[in-house]
Amino acid sequence: MRNTLVAVGMASMLLVAASSPTAAHHGAATFETGKQITLKGKVTEWIWANPHCFLKFDAMDDTGTVRNWVAETQNPVSMTARGWSRSAFKVGDEVTVTVEPAKNGAPVARILNIVLPSGQTLIAVGPGPGAATP
Amino acid sequence: MRRALFGCAGAVVLLLALPSAGLPQVWNSPGLSPAEFKSMPPGGPALRHDMSGTWDAGAAGIGGAAQEAEREAARAPFTPLGEEMMRRNKPGNGPRAARVSEINDPLSTLGDPTGFPRLVLYELRPLQIVQTPNQVLMLYMFEKRWRVIWTDGRALPTNPDPRWYGYSVGRWEDDSTLVVETIGTDDRTWLDNSGDPHSGSLRVVERYHRINQNTLELTVTIDDPQVYTKPWTARNRLPMKLMPPDTDLMEMIPSASEAQLYSRDIASQTKGQQP
Repeated sequence: MRNTLVAVGMASMLLVAASSPTAAHHGAATFETGKQITLKGKVTEWIWANPHCFLKFDAMDDTGTVRNWVAETQNPVSMTARGWSRSAFKVGDEVTVTVEPAKNGAPVARILNIVLPSGQTLIAVGPGPGAATP
Repeated sequence: MRRALFGCAGAVVLLLALPSAGLPQVWNSPGLSPAEFKSMPPGGPALRHDMSGTWDAGAAGIGGAAQEAEREAARAPFTPLGEEMMRRNKPGNGPRAARVSEINDPLSTLGDPTGFPRLVLYELRPLQIVQTPNQVLMLYMFEKRWRVIWTDGRALPTNPDPRWYGYSVGRWEDDSTLVVETIGTDDRTWLDNSGDPHSGSLRVVERYHRINQNTLELTVTIDDPQVYTKPWTARNRLPMKLMPPDTDLMEMIPSASEAQLYSRDIASQTKGQQP
């Protein structure tokens, strides 16, 4: 049973990794597509809402400055299809967040993936429900 | 003992009769997974004059970035008025995508209704179709909105007051094809997520063709001579798959207060960026 679960989990990860992202209310014009930065921080708020869910967290950048980042995902329905939930984070959780930052240098970003305190990785980009058409 | 045996037999008969019986009840479905969508068998032949059930078009229904090129290729050229209307719209997606801080999409920034036909051209998430003797009801997961399509033979209204979702009548063209005509839509709404505009003269034809038990194809034609130089096909035989009869769908409501929250915390912070 456990092996089956692991296999299903890995298959899901592969499926997500192999698919292109779908956009909801806006495309990629705001963020530096292709640039990735990884931030370690503490969750200050998790907003589960339309048109995009977003996570606020305090993280230190290369210069030693701590800033409150705001990083978005897709909407609750699309994130549910990827295994996220309203209760995915709580205030104070230590998370490692990989993002595409905003072009203007503000601490605003689009989330690519998050490593939770448990070591589990949540993937933010990839297909929504029924992404593949026959 | 005999009673127990009868009880067991009854339960087996029930299980055979109802495909979903005995399965765990599920709440808050976000729609079919890519694997479920792709592996859906055709099932039996299409039922006569029956499209009842919950249908999901998958990612192609959502109409996001992946469908931008297809949408742009399908669209007819703008008239001069259409060009002018198009330039006023600052969409989040498509070839004219604006930065987040500049988007003026009435749906995502103001909390306006999606309106018709945008509801079937963008964010076409799962929808439940219910038929009564004189109506076809379309219950959409997105916005938790519904449309009434009259099938009692009435004519469309003349010179109607605009409505966000217009006025719709439907007729069965053959055993498995329902043709729906809609007029009287509100020109404040966009056609799609690329900011394509429409006028109050818009006439939309939706063709729902059930090709087998588990597949319903949707074709949508846009005819708006004020804005487009000729009619064009915005959805071309989009396949939708039948979801299990016990499907409970998530809510997906673009509320105004959530849009304001997003604008305050994300959109406003992306101003002044370098191109």
